[in-house]
Amino acid sequence: MDSSQLYGIASIAYILAMVTYISYLAFRNPTIGVAATTITVVGFISHTIAFFMRWNEFYDIGQLGVLRSIPLTNLYESLIFFVWCTILGYLVIEWKYRNRSFGAFITPIAGMALAFIDISGMSKSIQPLVPALQSNWLLAHVTMSFLSYAAFAISFATAMMYLIVMTDDRKSGGYLFWTFTLGIFMSILIAMGVDFLTFKIAVKTPEAFIQSFLFKSSFRSDSGTVVLISYLAVAAFIFLIWRYGYILKKVITSFSLSPDILDDLTYKSIAVGFPVFTLGGLIFGAIWADQAWGKYWSWDPKETWSLITWFVYAFYLHARFLKGWRGSKIAVVAAIGFVCTIFTYLGVNLLLSGLHSYGVQ
Amino acid sequence: MSSDKKNQSMVDRIWNFFASISLAVIVFTAISATSIVGTILEQQAEPERSIKFLSKMFGAAAPGVYKALDAMGFTDMYHSWWFLALLFIFTANLVICSLDRLPKIWKLVKEPIAPLKPEQFAVMPVKRELLLQGKAGEVKGAIISGLKKIGFNAEVREEEGAFQVYAEKGRQSRLGVYVTHFSILLILSGAVIGMLFGFNGSLNLPEGVTSSVAYTGNGGSIPLGFDIRCDDFEASFYENSDSPKAYKSLLTVIDNGKEVMQKQIDVNNPLKYKGITFYQASYGYSPSKDSVFRFTVTSNTGAREDVQLKFGETFAIPGSNVTARIAGFSPALGQDESGKLYTYAEMMNNPAVFLEFSEGGKLKYNQWVLKRYPQTWRAPDGTVEFKKLWGAQFTGLQVRRDPGVWLVYLGSLVMAIGLFAAFFMSHARIWVRLIDEKKATKVIVAGSTNKNKIPFEQKIDGFVKNLQSASGGQQG
Repeated sequence: MDSSQLYGIASIAYILAMVTYISYLAFRNPTIGVAATTITVVGFISHTIAFFMRWNEFYDIGQLGVLRSIPLTNLYESLIFFVWCTILGYLVIEWKYRNRSFGAFITPIAGMALAFIDISGMSKSIQPLVPALQSNWLLAHVTMSFLSYAAFAISFATAMMYLIVMTDDRKSGGYLFWTFTLGIFMSILIAMGVDFLTFKIAVKTPEAFIQSFLFKSSFRSDSGTVVLISYLAVAAFIFLIWRYGYILKKVITSFSLSPDILDDLTYKSIAVGFPVFTLGGLIFGAIWADQAWGKYWSWDPKETWSLITWFVYAFYLHARFLKGWRGSKIAVVAAIGFVCTIFTYLGVNLLLSGLHSYGVQ
Repeated sequence: MSSDKKNQSMVDRIWNFFASISLAVIVFTAISATSIVGTILEQQAEPERSIKFLSKMFGAAAPGVYKALDAMGFTDMYHSWWFLALLFIFTANLVICSLDRLPKIWKLVKEPIAPLKPEQFAVMPVKRELLLQGKAGEVKGAIISGLKKIGFNAEVREEEGAFQVYAEKGRQSRLGVYVTHFSILLILSGAVIGMLFGFNGSLNLPEGVTSSVAYTGNGGSIPLGFDIRCDDFEASFYENSDSPKAYKSLLTVIDNGKEVMQKQIDVNNPLKYKGITFYQASYGYSPSKDSVFRFTVTSNTGAREDVQLKFGETFAIPGSNVTARIAGFSPALGQDESGKLYTYAEMMNNPAVFLEFSEGGKLKYNQWVLKRYPQTWRAPDGTVEFKKLWGAQFTGLQVRRDPGVWLVYLGSLVMAIGLFAAFFMSHARIWVRLIDEKKATKVIVAGSTNKNKIPFEQKIDGFVKNLQSASGGQQG
């Protein structure tokens, strides 16, 4: 069995876990809950083995030493690692808080990332390291960046849950924010699913995919009618979430998830993610850039977006501790932080150009 | 007198303005929001390029939009006066905010833990009570060692009919936030020093060429104070592919007419001399008539010879009458589907020479010899190893002098320490009061922490449990 088959098993397990966790929320049957955890753990173990197998394959091919062979050098590998970190973080929380309800909110993030890999058909082959990446800073910079991304992903899930639980006035900012954000997230996922079903594509690079396929069966279709229908469908979808948001609230509150725990978890994830991101993402990145390019900071889009993300989370921390912001206000900031994180990670590589463009290979 | 007072309030007002967290929030937002524009609109780009890009969004209005953006400094926004002003306000805000809050925290950090007054025990955030067997004087030892077990070094004070044991941990961690803020200042001051007293230039150096200057982006030249020569440049590729494996330049530093240093640099491994650093940044192909082909020629009888020659020249295979002439060259020889040969790149990705072999002035045969593929070196009359085409490439160096970079590194280190203290350490305090009661001792435990409350309470519970199981007491 090779690493790609094990990754396949993990992908299926996570998507299955997502469905199981959601049905656990719906039917509130403890057996389903245990099943969901078991499926997640099986996926995680298989994922971990696959990661180390790929590391070994990389080592055999590249011959650059163990530390420089960490399989984290392209979009495919980084997404896989991001999912691994997120699931790890989730399992720690499930075990510490003895509560499975988060699963229904965190496994979709993992599932979405994996679906994105398959839908985009990005290259899964091992590519030898380009000269700029041949450095021991690769290991520290990239692993720490992704650990922090995963922590931010978890804070996003808990912040969204907090908003769902705490807001019920359909005209309040918090309620509008979460229904809109959730609606957009789900719409993107569904639109990508439709792309996948329509095209069954396998292109070499995400760039080519975005150019010619992403949302081509919906928002970017050649037929104006399809585009119009797609946007109307999204609007209708967001409206439905907005109109029936209280059902989600009922589901979450029935699982003894107190808002305090959610708020606390959001803060804790950020309190872990922020220092790790600052050190591993910004500082180690700057040191590496200094040694490779002779510039520790060059305002390239990746750096700038990292800084923007950093500012948003710094804002979160200062507003919380010094301005005493609490409740939905601060949860909205946490959610925006993760939207910036996603853009730093994916948006910059896919939509903007810069020194970090190797990430799209 | 009155004008003095007025001045005072003016200073106060400015101080309060910069010390406000609201300003921080506004500055965070302003820097983030404007930065986004700079990531979408390519910075320091050719106007035509940007207008073409803008026309996708604004159509025919693109030139006007570009003009407006350019006037506002958005085409080079990170160096525009208003962005620098934002960074300045950010810095001032950071300094004054920290100074404003520091005295209070400093007092907390300077003052070691003191015993609590009996009535203060009641108002502490964490509280436990239990009874232990034995006199207070005897129980004291168990308390001290129990505290030691959870990492607290206790002190004891004797009070009227009671003992108080108290301990604290991580008092200095309260400074974590300020250390982090300070580190940002270190990094920013390093950046300012670099901008004022350093330079950033580039230098394209062909093989065999010496330079005493580097060039800035706007065409100015900066004297290095010594000479640098490129002896060799080599781009290597992964087997059977065009994905680059390494870019290596062999550089020699010549100071006062003497060769003082030679180093092979690659992308993550620069050369540093007298405060100036040379980074491997790019390379290029620039052949000339003087470029030299280097071969090692081996005859079928085993005689070997190294030869060097220019395009069109002829060399002999040692110990034979056969000669070969360099009749053609391709920097990147490829083959299309029909088997036709062509040059597929402008760089030396797959250099190949076309050799015409003759004997006694008569053309015998000809052959392509590829540098990267040894199987092509074999010819009927011997082996021609194509070692290098020297003098046809230049190395692109990034040249930098940055006297502030050490401050940036120091700031990074300080930031790591500050963040660790701010997020992963807490200032925890425990007070234990022991009061003699008939045969037993009443133990009141109080504690407080500025962070991580739940693990702290778990620690205290563990401590209390240990005490109870050791003496068979019970919680009151």
